[in-house]
Amino acid sequence: MNQKARFLQVIDVYKSYSGKVVLDNIDLQVKKGEFCTVVGPSGCGKSTLLRLIVGAEKPTEGEVLLDQVSVGPPDIQRGIVFQRYSLFPHLTVLANTSLGLRLGGRPGSERMSSQEIKDESMDILEKIRLAEHADKYPHQLSGGMQQRVAIGQSMIMKPKILLMDEPFGALDPDTREDMQLFLIELWEQEKMTIFFVTHDLEEAAFLGTRMLVLSQYYSDGRGNGKGINRGAKIISDHPLPRMASNTSGKQSREFTRLITQIRKEGFDPDYLQHAHEFNLLHPDSFQTLTEDESRI
Amino acid sequence: MNKKSKYPKLLGIHARPGPVLSILLAALPFVILLGIYLVSAEIRHRDNPADKLLPKISKMTSAVKHMAFEKNRRSESYLMLDDTLASMKRLLIGSGLAAVAALLIGLNIGLFPGVNVTLNPFLTFVSMIPPLSILPILFISFGVDELAKIVLIFIGIFPIITRDIRLAVGKIPREQITKAATLGASQMQLAYRIILPQIMPRLIEALRLSLGAAWLFLIAGEAIASDGGLGYRIFLVRRYLAMDVILPYVLWITFIGFTMDFLLRQALRFFYPWYVAGEDK
Repeated sequence: MNQKARFLQVIDVYKSYSGKVVLDNIDLQVKKGEFCTVVGPSGCGKSTLLRLIVGAEKPTEGEVLLDQVSVGPPDIQRGIVFQRYSLFPHLTVLANTSLGLRLGGRPGSERMSSQEIKDESMDILEKIRLAEHADKYPHQLSGGMQQRVAIGQSMIMKPKILLMDEPFGALDPDTREDMQLFLIELWEQEKMTIFFVTHDLEEAAFLGTRMLVLSQYYSDGRGNGKGINRGAKIISDHPLPRMASNTSGKQSREFTRLITQIRKEGFDPDYLQHAHEFNLLHPDSFQTLTEDESRI
Repeated sequence: MNKKSKYPKLLGIHARPGPVLSILLAALPFVILLGIYLVSAEIRHRDNPADKLLPKISKMTSAVKHMAFEKNRRSESYLMLDDTLASMKRLLIGSGLAAVAALLIGLNIGLFPGVNVTLNPFLTFVSMIPPLSILPILFISFGVDELAKIVLIFIGIFPIITRDIRLAVGKIPREQITKAATLGASQMQLAYRIILPQIMPRLIEALRLSLGAAWLFLIAGEAIASDGGLGYRIFLVRRYLAMDVILPYVLWITFIGFTMDFLLRQALRFFYPWYVAGEDK
């Protein structure tokens, strides 16, 4: 386990809601600069995992660390983009983008003049190709444009990690592909660390440099009956080759084979792997099982 | 070939009344009411030319002329103008204070759980008190001057607006609060720079709905103890059965109420275009 890999760490994390376990002993570490995607069947707790990392919720047990420091409530180190409601409806595109600087949230931004703030925000708007829409309100933009503003709004804070919760989930398929390419380009330019949750397997495999599969469909030493109060685990963890910046890679044979394999491992309720057999192929991957869980 | 539309003009759930028909239909109830009034007044006057109950239009216009456009001999001023100014002052101060207080308290109750558990049960209790039932208490404690009437309007509409603001704050998605925190917003910035501007349009909407109640409390207060005001005048001339004054006053109050509602609606469209667009969706 090298030092670099310990950028984001999730250690023995459990989350339960009124007794029902949702996340079950999650272990994870992600290195700086990774584009880490998380995919899984609906209701597996992907968004819950993301909310634990951003700090909007507290783990029932275990710990989340960013840069070796235990995380608390949401702060400027972690940027976030949701599927909806990331933008403030009463602010224009420019005002939404510059909000973090105007609130004095980024260290040093309280000393910036309003012209400096405007210039830096317009730079961001250029990057996300929305400069000509600076004075519009969110409701005047298309869904894809709104999500681009939400990304720009987070980028201006220069967060250590950008968390994205189904950011393209509400977009039509064409816009969705455009946004995927846009995000990859931005990630390469800005050398960001991204943690991206989606229910779309192809999207996860296409975007990421690493893909995690979170699923409640597995078995372990606690038996494999349906009645066990068991939450989701990371059941598979793949390093992914960076594909060319176009969507044609989605048709390649390797890509389709990976998708088929993960659809079976993660999304088939009747296909139950034992916790020892998980495909944890990524070099940063690790798993600590309790005694109960590791029984064969 | 002239194809006949399959959609009915007037009847049924699929009706598509055109613009001209819509205006004509909207005018219809008013015309009917006016017609009934004119005919009834005519009939009563045939029996008794000095009838006071349903005065003729000419009688009302001369009463209005007397009240609004001729200086009163005793006070050297125009009575209807004095009444209007006195009432508007009470109404605007009372409902203005209620709006400001409701905005601040509703915002804090809605956003901070500590404030919520402290104040919300009390607020629920206060909002259940029928305001008119404590009118005597108000007159005893605050005197028969302006203060008691303003307090009555305030108590009458403040709890409802506060509850509406609290609900509006509660409806702001949690995502926004998380997002604001990741942009470095402090709790005060969150409350007053992010949440407050977003609920301002809701305050205007709540105020629009409360103005009817505010008029009720104003007129009730003026009827009981006052020396001027639209409600005072109506209840004063009632003793002489002066329907020729009461009816124009009622129309005048209705007109003022309509104008205030119209202005608030225009303010909403002008200052909060994003809100109006969101509501239309």
